[in-house]
Formats: sequence, structure tokens, C-alpha cells
Amino acid sequence: MSKNNSEYLIERNDNIYEVIIGLEVHAQVTSNSKLFSSSSTKFGAEPNTQVSLVDAAFPGMLPVINEYCVKQAIKTGIGLKAKINNKSVFDRKNYFYADLPQGYQISQYKYPIVGEGNVILDMPEGQKQVGIERLHLEQDAGKSIHDVDPSNTLVDLNRSGVALMEIVSKPDLRSPDEVNAYIKKLRSIMRYLGTCDGNMQEGSLRADVNVSVRIKGSTDLGTRCEIKNVNSIKFMQMAIIYEANRQVDLIEEGVEIDQETRLFDTKKNETRSMRSKEDAHDYRYFPDPDLLPLEITNDFIDQLKSEIPELPDDKKKRFIDEFKISPYEATILVSDIDTAKYFEEVVAKMGKNRDMKLAVNWITGELFAVLNDKNIEIAQSPISAKNLAKLINLIKNGTISGKIAKTIFELMLDGDIDPQIIVEEKGLKQESDPKALEALIDKIINDNREKAIEYKQGKEKLFGFFVGQAMKASGGKANPQLINEILKKKL
Amino acid sequence: MTEITSLSLFELIKNIKEKKISSNEIAKSFVDRSEKSKKLNAYVTENFENCLKLSKEFDNKPNFDLKLPGIPIAVKDLFCTNEVRTTAGSNILNNFVPSYESTVTQNIWNEGGILLGKLNCDEFAMGSSNETSFFGNVQNPIAKDLVPGGSSGGSSSALAANLTPVTIGTDTGGSIRQPASFTGTVGLKPTYGSCSRYGIVAFASSLDQAGPMSKDVKDSSILLEVISSFDKKDSTSIDFKRNNYSSELTRNIKGIKIGIPKEYRVDGMPEEIENLWKKGIEYAKDCGAEIIDISLPHTSYALPTYYIVAPAEASSNLARYDGVKYGLRSSGESLIDMYEKTRSEGFGEEVKRRIMIGTYVLSSGYYDAYYLKAQKVRQLIKQDFDQAYNKVDAILTPSTPSSAFKIGEKSNDPVSMYLNDIFTVPVNLAGLPGISIPAGTDKNNYPLGLQIIGKPFDEQTVLNIAYSMEEKINYKNNLTDWWMK
Repeated sequence: MSKNNSEYLIERNDNIYEVIIGLEVHAQVTSNSKLFSSSSTKFGAEPNTQVSLVDAAFPGMLPVINEYCVKQAIKTGIGLKAKINNKSVFDRKNYFYADLPQGYQISQYKYPIVGEGNVILDMPEGQKQVGIERLHLEQDAGKSIHDVDPSNTLVDLNRSGVALMEIVSKPDLRSPDEVNAYIKKLRSIMRYLGTCDGNMQEGSLRADVNVSVRIKGSTDLGTRCEIKNVNSIKFMQMAIIYEANRQVDLIEEGVEIDQETRLFDTKKNETRSMRSKEDAHDYRYFPDPDLLPLEITNDFIDQLKSEIPELPDDKKKRFIDEFKISPYEATILVSDIDTAKYFEEVVAKMGKNRDMKLAVNWITGELFAVLNDKNIEIAQSPISAKNLAKLINLIKNGTISGKIAKTIFELMLDGDIDPQIIVEEKGLKQESDPKALEALIDKIINDNREKAIEYKQGKEKLFGFFVGQAMKASGGKANPQLINEILKKKL
Repeated sequence: MTEITSLSLFELIKNIKEKKISSNEIAKSFVDRSEKSKKLNAYVTENFENCLKLSKEFDNKPNFDLKLPGIPIAVKDLFCTNEVRTTAGSNILNNFVPSYESTVTQNIWNEGGILLGKLNCDEFAMGSSNETSFFGNVQNPIAKDLVPGGSSGGSSSALAANLTPVTIGTDTGGSIRQPASFTGTVGLKPTYGSCSRYGIVAFASSLDQAGPMSKDVKDSSILLEVISSFDKKDSTSIDFKRNNYSSELTRNIKGIKIGIPKEYRVDGMPEEIENLWKKGIEYAKDCGAEIIDISLPHTSYALPTYYIVAPAEASSNLARYDGVKYGLRSSGESLIDMYEKTRSEGFGEEVKRRIMIGTYVLSSGYYDAYYLKAQKVRQLIKQDFDQAYNKVDAILTPSTPSSAFKIGEKSNDPVSMYLNDIFTVPVNLAGLPGISIPAGTDKNNYPLGLQIIGKPFDEQTVLNIAYSMEEKINYKNNLTDWWMK
């Protein structure tokens, strides 16, 4: 029942509800070492092999801030067009858990490193701006493993102390589609910046999802529920749909919604209450006395600004202006930094006589299909940008036809072979000699006199027959444009 | 020759450098005397054999360029020592052996010091009489059944009884200066940020500071020179130019302005403390100092402020002792049950009291009224000192409102126990250096101390005033060695 493609409304008994969504995204900072210790952050190591005395909270151990992580957070803030705070404070969030060695998480509460910013989403119905409330740095906890030993919980502290950025959005999102676009855009920006690899399988990007509903048109916010720690976009969307409908049902039944924290059960596709507001933890936040306030000068920020690469929004604008491609095409090409890089490399290698339309079509068409099929990223593309550019140029300069190009493309997949070599070895060069083609066509007309007469009498459909015969006779190598011209002349 | 164990650190170093005594002879003397002094209960963990071995190694390959060449030193059991049990006076760390060394103790070993043992202290340094230690009371060598002060009570007792030539303590609210005052010894709390907190079991991070304890002021200057260092492993360590405290030590304090804060004349203060202070002022004048009356208007708020800030930080700092990773673990039905049993059995009453106070003052709904307000008052207390230091170079006060009391006398009255810290606590809240020097005795012949408070990073002036006054006061403990009989 959507008016626009991405609008999400729920209708019950003549009431139309809209969904209000805010996200708290936890993005792991790309850094070789942890936020307050020099332990490695490499994913997939044996349990408890990347744990320092600080990470395991031994007596007398003290945190020392990793400057690189601070720079990464500031860069991300710049990417979100956000205010970078000159002074921020690390606080302790106190709670007991087996995988939280200190008995508190070092986080930023009142004074985060990054303040308000925004992100632009490209939705089918146009652009939408989503506000960023804040970004702060915090430590990750370890991992409790409940399913290895029947009677004990095991703890792996490899992740303990890894730097996370918590990026809090304003409640500006209205649909599962917008959430999808928002997460992808955040991920894209951070991957451009090199501040988070955005790998959701490895847990580098997870989110707490805040959901509430209200009658469309109302300006009051309903009571929200927070769905904790959802680790894929699909699950976020499923959780939102379930949760929004649950809330609408309650309202329609006249039941008040409790503000609570809920968990999404991916197997049952439902959210479940984890704890109510009354049971909410009292985290007893207070400034960590082991750490001084983080003071960042404007010079430091300016230096980092100068290191910021071209980001997706700017790149898109430039692609449209410089390469004269459509906004839709540009959006697709810039969404992933590696795709954008690949595209730009193809453009560069095509040289002066470049054909943007062909480049875009081949990348988003044939190449994407192959990547999808093989389930690989463009960075692992079996065909290099250089060779794809060569292939496109071969089409452009008439050496091969588009049809032959597809055959060559298939052959190139096996070891990134130079298309020029394939053309020569297989003799696939297009026949563009008019005299040779005229002779060929004369023979065909001669062999099919009756059809030629029918065509002349008005049966125009037969033109295709002659083209097909000509292509067949040339082994597919005849230049289709020339065939057309000659046939028109001769028939 | 005087007995080795009654020599000062300075004299020991001199003798060793002149090859009149060997490191092993010194170590043997202190080990022997320590062995005979078990009644004091000053040690939690002895390192005697290893100390004797290392002293021999030093003698075989001596390096007299070091600042503490082959000198055996016992330290408070709050400093983590590599491969030597470190308990912080608590059952919860009863079995804890660190695989690392605190920066302060490492500095001592780097300069030739040798670990003699780990000294008793109040549990997690929470106490003023050493009575909260899991390892029992410590006797004050001054008289039987007298507390040695706290929390560095094992340190003050061992030092006063000549079981160690010097020692180091930690001071969060007076834990070096008060026990020094109770035992007729010298104790210095340096400026916050002078000595690294790395490897010191934390009590209240924004207040904790390690410092030297010694028989005289010169020894404290030698030890401070060794332990004070900038350390990247402690984010609150401060990189400032440190003096060569011992070689720059002078008794010439002519013209130095010393402030006398009127607010330290507290209600119910015994007359002998008042008299001691007056005498101190006369001594200072005799030394050539100019005495100026000053005001530190927020002094009366210092104690309540301290007893909010310190427990708040402690409640969080002690959360890591949960039975999961190291130390004591009691078995429980579930994770929560295990936590509760471990922490119930692992912590003593005073520690539990402070964890509860700290948890309360940080709780939502109470944070603003307690913790936040306390932080604001702390700023005002700092400002008091800043303003006073526009007029004076240092401040003279009594160290404690009374002399040492009997074991058990105050252990059931926490508030009266907390009042012990009334003169020392403001110094921690403001992060300033302060020293306690012995200045006389009360009617029972128990020692009393005077405190000299300095400007931030101006330990040198504090030491110089103390050094100068020490000569005029000419105090000496009259040890009877009663515990050996």
C-alpha cells in the first residue's frame, strides 16, 4: 500500500500508521591495535591470543588512548559532515558481565568526540537527508561462548577493548528501505575513508534499532522500543516490520506500549522483550579518572580534513558533470569505493575516444553479473579494468561487434586475458570491408531471389532475414551497421 | 659503628660506595631484624632469600653509579611486583602473583634497589589504622597495641622499627603522611602526576599517588628522585622537569613565605596539636621563613567531598575483582551467584562499605547531588590553594588531629576513623605535594607530625622547608624494641 517505492505505512481499521526509526550503529574502527592497548585486532585468531594485561583488566593496569583510533573517529565525523568537538570525555559505563573484564566499558557519554551531522540517501523518489545525532568512541566487550562446554560459559577476550564508533542517527528514518539505504550509505562513506571495513559477517557493523509508530501526520513521537544488536540489514528490516506491526496491533487494542529493550529472534522472525524500562541498568556513568579529557585542536582537525578522499556524494556529482552519465548510473557506480575505482580506471584506460555508455553498461551489466554469480567483490574481479577498457575500445572502434564482444568477455574470464589477443588468435575481427561484404550480400540476394521480391513488394519483415543470413555467412564477424547499409541499397 | 639497620639511607649508600659495608651485609642485617620482628606483622610477603641472593650478586658485580646501590627495600603491598605475590591487603588477591612490575618499583630496581618484601596495608588502601587488612593488624613500634596509621601501616611500622632503610607507600587521602606522623617518620606525597600509577593496585585513580617514606628528609629526597618519572603507560602522568631533589636539597629557606590556614584550627582539636602547630610556626621562623596568615575557606567541605569522590572511583575500580580472571573465586550456582559469593568472601567490611557508598553516589538520581556536587567543591578547594599560593610558597599545618590510637579503639566507628584524614585530604583533592615530618610528642610520648604543603611540582621547596625545620626540631624516636622481647 505504498505511494512511493520506499514508503512504508501500516493500515489498521482506517488508521494509517507511519514508522519512526532511529539507529545506533556500532562500527568497528579499522585499526591494527585496540582503543586503549597495543593488542592486535585481527579477526579470526585463536581465542584469548590477542589480549593484553590492560584488556584483561589486571590490577594496576591503565588505559592509554590509541591516537590512530581518535583520528579515524574524526575522519568519520568529517565524512558525516559533522561537528568535531574540540573537547570530549571518556566515561565509565559500569556493569558486571563475564566478558567485561574491567567491570565497566570505557565509552563517551556526555561529551562525544563528534556532534551533529548528516547523511544523504538516494531513494527512488529522490534524495533524503538523515540527521546524525553524534558519534562516540568506545571499547568493545569480549565474547561469552555458551555452546562449547555443557556446564561452563567460556570467555574469549580477543575482542575486548577493540575500538568501536557508535553512530547515533536522529529518528529520521521511516521505512525498512530507508534503513537499508542508510546503512549502505554509512558503510560506503566509512569504506571510502578507510575507517571501518563494514564487514557485517565479522561483526564490524551492527546496530541497535529504535522503533516507534504513530498515526501518519501526527508530530508526537510514540513510545519506542530498542531492538538490540542486529547484525545484518535483512534482519534489521525484518525486525522493524515485525516490531512496527506489533506496536500497531497493541495500539489498536488500546494497550499501552512499554518502553523496553527487545531482542530479535532471527529463527522465529519476531522480537522478544529483554528488559523493561524499570529493569534498565543503572550504568553509573562517570568520567574515567584514568584518562584525561581528549583535547583536539583545529589544526589537527584541518590536517585530517586535508587527508579526506573524495566521498561518494562528491564523486557522484563529478561523475555526472565530467562523464555525462545519469544520476542513477552515478549512484550505482559510487556506492562502493572499489566499484568507483574500477570505473575510473576503465575510463582512464579507454583513452581519448572513450565511450561512457559502453563503460557503464559493461560494468553494471556483464561484469556485475559475473561478480554476483561468483559471489565476489569487484576488488577480486577476474577481469582487470585495463582489459575491460580494451574490450570496450575494440567495440567502439569497430574491430568487433557487441555480440562478439560477449563471446570474448567469456573467454577473458579465464585468467584476465587481453581481448586483443583473443581477437587475433580466434580470428574474431569484424569484417568491415564494404567490397567483401557487397560480394557476400550479392550472393545471398541471388540465392534468395523470391524473398528479395517479396521484400520489395512490401514484406519489410524479411529485412531481418537477410541480415541474419549475412551475419551467418560471415561467421558473425560482419559489421552489422555496414550490412544494414548495403542491404538497404541493394534490395 | 652504629647498627646497620639504624643508619639512614644516605649513610648506607655512602658506606656501600666507600666499600665499608657490602650489600649482602646490609641485606642480612635487615633480614635478621625483620625475622626477629614478626610480632609487628609488618610483612605480608617476605622476599628475604631472594633479597640475600640478589645482594650477593650485586656485591659480585657492583655498580656504584646507581642511586640505590644494592640497597634492600621493602614496599607496600599495593605495588605489583613481578613474580612476587601482590595482595593489596585483600583476601580477593590472596593468591595473586603479577607477571609485571609497577613503574615506581621498577625505577627502584633499575637504580640498584633490591626487594626485601611486601608490606602490610589496609585492604585496597582503605583505612587509617591498618586494621582493615585481611592479613591482620600491624603493631606500631612506638608502643604495644598502638596502630601504625594507615593505609601504609606496614610501611610505617617497618620503617620506624628499622626493618627497611626506606620504603614507599601510596597516599589517596593521607595514607603516607598519617602513618608517618603516627610513627615518628617522614612521608611525602608528591604532586599528582609525578609518580606513575602504572602497576599500583588502584583505589581512587584521581587521588592515588605513590611516595617515599623514610627516617629523615634527605632520604625522602633521594627516593623521590628515583621514583618520580614521566610514564607513557599512565595517561595522568605529567611530563615536567624534575629536580635532582637530593643534590638540590638545602636548609636555606630564608625569606620563604609560609602560610598558616586559619580553617585548620578545627573544633575539638586537642591542645597538644594546637601547641605543636605553634611550635612549628616558631621553628619555621627560626629557619628564616616569613609566616603569613591565610584562608582556605572550603576546607570544611574537603572530608565529605573526599568521601564521595574516593568511594565513587573505588566502586568502579574494584569491579574487576569478580572471580572471573584472577584472584579468589568462590563457586556459585550461576554467574551472579559466583560474583556475589566471591565478592562477599573476598572483600572486607570497610571495602564493602566504600563500594556501597560509591555505588550509591553514582546512581542515577543521586549523581548530581553527590558526585557532581563533590567535583564542583573539589574545584573550589583547588582554587583556595591557587589563591593562597599567590601570597605564599608553602603552607604549614598539623599532619593529623591526634596521635596514634589503640588498636580497636576506632574500628567500630568509621566516621571518627575518617576524621583522621581531615588535614591530609585537601592536599589530595588539590593534587598538591605534601610532607609529614615528626615534630614532637604528645603526653604519652607518641609522635606527632607537621605537614608542609607545596605548590604543584614544587616538591623541592617542600623538601627544603622540611629539611631545614627537621634540623631545628631535632626529633628522634626512642625505640625500646619491645616487640623483640
